[in-house]
Amino acid sequence: MTAPATIEHDSHAAHATNTGISNEKLAVWAFLGSECLLFGALISTYLLYKGRSTEGPRQEIYDIPFTSASSFMLLMSSLTMVLALAAIQRGDHPRLRLWLLATATLGSLFITGQVYEFTTFYREGLSVSSNLFGSTFFVLTGFHGVHVTLGIVMLLSLCVLSLRGKLPEQKSEVVEIIGLYWHFVDIVWIVIFTVVYLIP
Amino acid sequence: MATDTNRDHASEAEVEHAGDHGSHPTEGTYWKIFWILFAVTAVEVLLFYKSLPGVHLNNAALGILAMSKFVVVVGYFMHLKFDSRILRRLFVTGLILAVVVYIAYMLTMGVFIGDPPIHKS
Repeated sequence: MTAPATIEHDSHAAHATNTGISNEKLAVWAFLGSECLLFGALISTYLLYKGRSTEGPRQEIYDIPFTSASSFMLLMSSLTMVLALAAIQRGDHPRLRLWLLATATLGSLFITGQVYEFTTFYREGLSVSSNLFGSTFFVLTGFHGVHVTLGIVMLLSLCVLSLRGKLPEQKSEVVEIIGLYWHFVDIVWIVIFTVVYLIP
Repeated sequence: MATDTNRDHASEAEVEHAGDHGSHPTEGTYWKIFWILFAVTAVEVLLFYKSLPGVHLNNAALGILAMSKFVVVVGYFMHLKFDSRILRRLFVTGLILAVVVYIAYMLTMGVFIGDPPIHKS
């Protein structure tokens, strides 16, 4: 009578530990894989319509030194994010909050830069409806900006959880998962910065 | 027997899983990687202002530099180099699928063959 129950129990245990990875982490990597398809669609659409607008402002409108500084901030935020993860893994909660706040601040500076850039472009006559270049540029960089903003909200939520003592070392995987999302946002920008801004 | 088989599978998975993991980089390594990424970004910006001879060569150089930054961030900051092979396969599958699908899409639409402007807006 006990044998089937044992088998069932063992099968379940084997299923739960077959990969040795938590479901949440597996789901986040699957989500990031699917996000590659989303941003791939936006980047390829930008490339498809690049150079096909004959009216209105185009690539000459870019301010490369300004965007380079923004890119540096996002790159720096990936470092602070990974330092936050290292801090929680060794149980250093004040450092965890410091690095999380630093990451959120750098992300906010990036978004502030993007808002400034969008405003400047709009004043110079480029809007989402002015030409094909404007449509594809604003949709691509806008989608990325929304992702960064969501990331900032999640980072600040982690800070609040840590302040309330609800983020012990045992839950460091939560920081790792948010970190994976944040780094993904950074790698998407690495591609956008090169493909959209630097390649003529 | 079935229980033994399940246990054998579980222990095989555990061995494989254990073999996948390496130790995560130290904070010093993270800083080194950051400075490498910073230097590569600086070279990219430099290539924008002082292009290599030939547009295609310059674009290829920029593409390779961006790809190397991408791989370093995914490998070290996202720990994919040290994490389970399953995660690597999961992400790389999505990435390869995206690259293949959209390159095929862009080739179909004539992106790489220098079509003349077709839209007035």
